[in-house]
Amino acid sequence: MSSTFGPLLVIVRLTLLDALRRRILWVLFLLTVFVVGLSGIGFERLVTIARDNGSSETEVQLGVSQMLIVVAFMFSFILAMTAAFIGAPAISADIESGVLLAILARPIDRSTFLAGRWLGLVLVAAGYALASGLLEILAMKLASGYGPPDPLGAAGAIALQAVIVLTLTLCFSTRLPSIAGGAIAVVLFGMCWIAGVLGGLGVFFKADLLAQVATISRLIVPSDGIWRGAIFALEPPIVIAVASDSGRSSEQLAANPFYASTGLGPAYLAWVGAWIVIVLGLAVLSFRRREL
Amino acid sequence: MSAPVSAPAIETSELSKRFGRVVALAGLSMRVEPGEVFGFLGPNGAGKTTSVKLLLGLTAATSGSGRVLGAPIGDRETRRRIGYLPELFRYQPWLRAREVLRLHADLARLPGSRRDAEVHAALETVGLADRSNDPVGTFSKGMQQRLGLGAALLGGPELVFLDEPTSALDPVGRTEVRQVIRAARERGVTVFLNSHLLSEVELVCDRVAVVNRGRVVASGTLDELLGEQTAVLRVTDLPAEARSGLAAFGTVETDPVDAERITIRAIDPARIPDLVATIVAAGGRIHAVAQGRESLEERFLELLGAPPDPEGATAAHRVTDDGGRR
Repeated sequence: MSSTFGPLLVIVRLTLLDALRRRILWVLFLLTVFVVGLSGIGFERLVTIARDNGSSETEVQLGVSQMLIVVAFMFSFILAMTAAFIGAPAISADIESGVLLAILARPIDRSTFLAGRWLGLVLVAAGYALASGLLEILAMKLASGYGPPDPLGAAGAIALQAVIVLTLTLCFSTRLPSIAGGAIAVVLFGMCWIAGVLGGLGVFFKADLLAQVATISRLIVPSDGIWRGAIFALEPPIVIAVASDSGRSSEQLAANPFYASTGLGPAYLAWVGAWIVIVLGLAVLSFRRREL
Repeated sequence: MSAPVSAPAIETSELSKRFGRVVALAGLSMRVEPGEVFGFLGPNGAGKTTSVKLLLGLTAATSGSGRVLGAPIGDRETRRRIGYLPELFRYQPWLRAREVLRLHADLARLPGSRRDAEVHAALETVGLADRSNDPVGTFSKGMQQRLGLGAALLGGPELVFLDEPTSALDPVGRTEVRQVIRAARERGVTVFLNSHLLSEVELVCDRVAVVNRGRVVASGTLDELLGEQTAVLRVTDLPAEARSGLAAFGTVETDPVDAERITIRAIDPARIPDLVATIVAAGGRIHAVAQGRESLEERFLELLGAPPDPEGATAAHRVTDDGGRR
C-alpha cells in the first residue's frame, strides 16, 4: 500500500476493498458469466432456428437487435438494483454501526468521505456495467454474427444509468436507513421508466400532457433518458430504415418502449452531469447536518 | 520574567447542545490541562458522550465555544494530533486488525515511513500483535475495544478521548487499560477519560469533573473533590468527658447505632498517633483505627442528589475487627 494516499483516495480504496472482501464483485462476476453464457446460447439457437426456417438476414438482424435490447434492459434493471443495494448502506450503515465516529474524528471532512464513497462505488458499478455490457455484446456477436453500431456507447449509457441510481441512493443514504433509501431509489427508477413508456404513448396518442410527463421525469431523474440513449446505440440503422419502409411515423414508433429514434445529445448529457453534481451537493449538505 | 503558562488542552465556555426539544448539554464550561488524565464522570444520559462528540467536532454545538489543543473545536488539522476511542467501538468487520490501524494511520496522515512501525507498536501496546492478520469480525467485544484503544493511541497523539474504554473488558483487561493510560500520561499525553466506572476514574485520574443533566456539578482534583480526611475508630471504655475532648482533633461524630464507633472528620492524618495516645491516656481501649475519606461513590451520589447505598457508603473506611479497611 502506498503511503501517500490523500483522505479521498483512502476512502476510495476502503470502498473498493469493502466490495472485494464482501464478495460483491465476485457475486456480480459469477452472475454475469451465468447470464452471458445463457444468453449467448439463446442467441445462437435463435439465429440457427431463424435461418433454418428461411428467414432473411435482415429479419435475423432485426430479431437479434431487438433481443439484445431486451437483454440490455434486463441488465440495466439489474444494474440499477445493484447500484441501489450498494449505495443505500454506503453512509447510513456506517452511521448506524458507529464505524463513522472513529473515521470522522480523523482529519477528514464529511464531504471528502462522501466523495470517496461515491467515487469508489462508481468505479464498482460503472466498471461492472461497462465490463458486463461489453461482454454480453461480444457474446452476442460471436453467437449471431451481429454487432450493434455503438457497443461502447451502449455500455457507457448503461453504466451512466447505474451511476445516476447510485448517486440518488447515496444521497438518500445520508438521511434514511439502508432499506428505505434503496427501496425508494428502485421505485423512482421504475416510475421513471414507466413515465418514459407513458410519454411514448402520449406522443402516439397526441396527448401532450402525457408526453410531457416523460420529458419532466427524464429531467428530474435522468435514468430513463439515458436508457433511451442505450437503446439507440444498440439499434442497427436497418431498424429505422425498416420502420420507415413500413410507413410508420416517428409518433407511432415512440409507443414502442424498446425503440429510440435519437441518441443522447450533448445538451442532455451536460444536464445529466449537472444533475449528478447537484444531487451530490445535496448529499453533502444533508450529510453535514446529520447528527452522528 | 514569569514562566510561560501552557495553554489548556481543552477549554470550553457554556458549550450546549440541543436535539430538538431535548437538552443534551446545558452549558459545559471546563478546562483540561496538558498532560493530565481528566476523568469525566456522570450517570448514563448525563451528556458525557455528547460532550466528547462536540469536542471532536463530530456534532455541532447549539451555543457556546471551546478550544482543543489551542484551535477552535472541530479544526481539521488539529484532529491529526487527537486520538479517539468511541463508546460505540465498531470497526469494519471485513478488515484485518492491522488494516484497521493502517486505515487510521493513513487518515491521520502519519509520515509514510513511520506508518507500519506505528501500527505495529499500537498492536503491541494493546496486546493484539499476534492477531494482527485476523479479521475484526472474528474478534470478541473486548478485543475490538482493545483495537479501538490501539487506533486511538496510534501515532502518539497529544490528546486522547477515551469514551468508556473498559466497558467490554474483564478485570484483567481493565487493569491493562489502566496501565496503558498511565503509560500515556508518562509520555505527556492528555487523556480525557469518559466513564461511569468510579473505581476506574479514582485509580487513574488526576482531575475529575462530574456532569449531571448536561452540566458540570463539581470538578477538581480527587483531593479537592473528596475533601477531608477522616479517622474512624472502634473504642470502648472511653469516659464521656474524654470523648468530647477529642474535638481538638476534628469534628467528632458518634454512630447513633453503634456507640463504639467514633468518626473524626477533617483530621490531619499526621495527628492520628496523638489521637490514639490521647484516647489510651484517658482509659479508652482501642480495637481498630482506620484512616480514610469519603469514597468517590459517596461523593458522586451526593452530587447527583441520590441516596447513598447503606451498605456501600461506608465501605471506604469501614472499621473491621482487625483494624483494616474494607
